[in-house]
Amino acid sequence: MLPKTAQIRLMSSHPEVYDPCDDSFALVDALLADRANLLEHRPSICMEVGCGSGYVITSLALMLGKDSSGCHFIATDINPHAVCVTHKTMEAHGCYAELVITDIASGLETRLAGSVDVMVVNPPYVPTPEYEVGQFGIASAWAGGENGRSVIDKILPVADNLLSDKGWLYLVTLTVNNPSGICLQMRKKGYASRIVLQRSTEEESLHIIKFWRDLDIQLEVSECTALNKTDHGVILNSLLSRVPRLPFWSRDNCGSH
Amino acid sequence: MRLLTHNMLSSNIKGVTNGFPLLIEVEKVVEKQVDFNEDFLRNMFPKIEWKALVEASRTMGYTELPENAESSMLDSDEFLRKFHHALIELHLEEGALVCPETGRKFPVNKGIPNMLLHEDEV
Repeated sequence: MLPKTAQIRLMSSHPEVYDPCDDSFALVDALLADRANLLEHRPSICMEVGCGSGYVITSLALMLGKDSSGCHFIATDINPHAVCVTHKTMEAHGCYAELVITDIASGLETRLAGSVDVMVVNPPYVPTPEYEVGQFGIASAWAGGENGRSVIDKILPVADNLLSDKGWLYLVTLTVNNPSGICLQMRKKGYASRIVLQRSTEEESLHIIKFWRDLDIQLEVSECTALNKTDHGVILNSLLSRVPRLPFWSRDNCGSH
Repeated sequence: MRLLTHNMLSSNIKGVTNGFPLLIEVEKVVEKQVDFNEDFLRNMFPKIEWKALVEASRTMGYTELPENAESSMLDSDEFLRKFHHALIELHLEEGALVCPETGRKFPVNKGIPNMLLHEDEV
């Protein structure tokens, strides 16, 4: 039986590249658990932002069947050593991905907009001082700035731009990143979300979130935008719609700013 | 780097409005045979900028692609094979991608393009 995930013995490595760790394994476990859905999803383009050692993108390619359904894989990393290591790791497993050394998806954003069916991201999520963010060496693998959100917050709008209508995003977060806050932020862009895997290790509590576009949420969002309501107004209106109509409680009296 | 990727890359330099397609400077081209997948080609076709693909494949030494293409041509096996060959089987191993507006070169080494910008280009 062909292995469905990358094998450690075949992994390439480099002192400046993040070796697969608990978070990488958790993300791959989450993808494995969703494998049946992923296969049914029939993605044309899968993308990893921040490929590191290549463990995740290689595993994704293996579990989707490297020669089935013509799915193409793209991976990026800001660290040139990481992309080189990913290249070797993929080769060792007989897989192939289009690799680009770049900051998130810079250079790909215009043309790849709305084309990515599956995106996987294990971002630098560790809370660090801001100045450590975006350095080119191995620190780029973990340095996440305030609450570990600096790079996550840069990635989310890029993901929103790149994901197709049926696109799915899998994101690794820590509790300190405020996963529910991230879900709320994404909801405002029309995404439903679910924590597909939660894992506590000695050092950290990981939450792997899956996002997908939801029509009902998108309609809700566009209605709110059209009527120019704030969150406050939306909640108020929603509550008031449950209250029996009295003249001074009419919906027209509230939510206008 | 496949031409599929080249077709998806544009110059990310600040202020550039005409960054696609990137010009290709060839140092080494490699052909790697891969089984073609019709579904994938059909899915990708509407997203491909055809002229850019034709131009790029010619720079890489492949002249078989028709000047223009439309989706009805996907019913032709011959067309599919040529499309597949240009898009998927030609690799730029060594060379550079050049911003059409500024002339700035993005190196391609071992088939991997480096799109990292300097501080003043961001």
